[in-house]
Amino acid sequence: MATTSKRPLALEIPEATENALGQGQTWEGSLEDLRGLVSDRAITGETMLLNLGPHHPSTHGVLRLLLELDGEEIVTCLPDVGYLHTGIEKNIESKSYEKAVTLTDRMDYLAPMSNNAVFSLAVEKLTGLDVPERAQVIRVICLELTRLNSHLVWLGTHAMDMGAMSVFLYCFREREFILDMFEKLGGQRMMTSYIRPGGVWRDLPEDFLPALEKFLGYFPNRIDDYEKLLTNNPIWRDRTEGIGVIEPEEAIALALSGPCLRGSGVNFDIRKAMPYSGYENYDFNVPLGEHGDVFDRYIIRVHEMRESVKIIQQAIKKLSSASGGFRSNNRKFVPPPRAELGRSMEAVIHHFKLWTEGYSVPDEEVYVAIESPRGEIGCYLHGTGGNKPRRVHFKTPSFMHISALGKLCSGYMLADLIGIVGSIDCVLGDSDR
Amino acid sequence: MGVVSSKLGDLGVVTTTLDVAVNWARTGAMWPLLFGLACCAIEMMSTQAGNYDLSRFGMELNRASPRQSDLIIVAGRVTRKMAPVIRQLYDQMAAPRYVISMGDCASCGGVYNNYAIVQGVDEIIPVDVYVAGCPPRPEQLIHGILTLHERVQGERLKNWVVEGAR
Repeated sequence: MATTSKRPLALEIPEATENALGQGQTWEGSLEDLRGLVSDRAITGETMLLNLGPHHPSTHGVLRLLLELDGEEIVTCLPDVGYLHTGIEKNIESKSYEKAVTLTDRMDYLAPMSNNAVFSLAVEKLTGLDVPERAQVIRVICLELTRLNSHLVWLGTHAMDMGAMSVFLYCFREREFILDMFEKLGGQRMMTSYIRPGGVWRDLPEDFLPALEKFLGYFPNRIDDYEKLLTNNPIWRDRTEGIGVIEPEEAIALALSGPCLRGSGVNFDIRKAMPYSGYENYDFNVPLGEHGDVFDRYIIRVHEMRESVKIIQQAIKKLSSASGGFRSNNRKFVPPPRAELGRSMEAVIHHFKLWTEGYSVPDEEVYVAIESPRGEIGCYLHGTGGNKPRRVHFKTPSFMHISALGKLCSGYMLADLIGIVGSIDCVLGDSDR
Repeated sequence: MGVVSSKLGDLGVVTTTLDVAVNWARTGAMWPLLFGLACCAIEMMSTQAGNYDLSRFGMELNRASPRQSDLIIVAGRVTRKMAPVIRQLYDQMAAPRYVISMGDCASCGGVYNNYAIVQGVDEIIPVDVYVAGCPPRPEQLIHGILTLHERVQGERLKNWVVEGAR
């Protein structure tokens, strides 16, 4: 079937191409196909099967859940992911390492810099590329700003799902300021691709640090404001305390990480356990929960925001004394500065080689994990000896958290589900990539 | 209608054409579908939040049901698995309905020319306005929305039958 040729302002509805629609995703099986996944009571019709999503206001994107309900109580919850499967890992296999950074931005789109960082760290580990101290401090600033940025979106949307609209507006006000700072760094609000193998794209612009200090000056008060709206709010507490409880052993068994794991009281933060980018030189606490419920996961993220502010303040102090430039001087991996191109033939050759062919990475494999705002994001990278990777795989926290939903939800009410889905902070781009 | 109100004075009576009145009402209260796919949806949320304040254009009221919405902003990459869902959402909307394709992925596939991504949402639903960018800034989305408003203001009632259910 042909598509219409009038692409802009097309008046008639085009025939949906078989290419786009022909794969028959509508499920037309029988109940028997679900045997083993749902309880036997669903097969006999005693309990109800309910489809939630992929278009639902509270699923944070395109998450689809198949719920088995006994009255209002959730018996089973079967997540169906893949509605945002983009093939990023496969695309990276045909890109040189420098170009692949751009694609990693778009996986976990609430924390693009974490994705840049984990990929860059993997490439650096495989090639043995050095990262100057100053670049590492800049990275820490960016990673913590990203954490604030991501937690603000989470807090705003989580509160909005539970009926508190104003928190959303306040959170996005502060988030705009962070995005403005990212724009100063990378020229883009969200997808900056600022952290790259060998360091960062460019040095901090002059107006960045004054803006950052201004932000850090008032941001802790803003966190107080959010807490005033939520923490002691009886409605908020009623809806979050004792909901979605998960025991520490179960949380570990289900591979939860980040605030979801620490909410259950497990002290595991990759910034402390396996420090990267110089995190061992910073003094910060890892907030831990006690009950492992939605409220603990909320309060931990709020405390994490305060800790991030502390880390950024320490990083600003380190910045003046940090040695080295904003990226490595190894010309085989990092392009020469613009000014050198007019003077040095060597620089021109390096520049040409890097932007046409890229650099080669040994035929070895490596796994690197960092603490993203959501939890452990890992990058498995296998080079070929050439300029493109053989295989790239990202171990993403959202995927693990979504797979734990069945355990988290069962036994709670349908209305609690929205709070639980919000509290695991899943980003579908992160899970499906 | 802005011209009308400035000429209104203390007369209390306005004469206008039905076209202008209907189109004014449509553009002044166009309800988008509460629907986001990927990165662009976050920028769409930024547009709706305080700093960019989409309610200046009467568009802050997102409806979760396609039956109640006039506009679908396809914000993000459209995968082959999601395509039938979007088509179904569009089919459920009541005419007149409008589509804004927000961002490069929804407009043309963007950076993903691969097995998973539909190369432009216009393969499955008709698009009125394309907004470029990856992701577009809120200002760009607002420009796209105003472009759509301009287009709606140029619509004629007599053409409804000719164009059929859009």
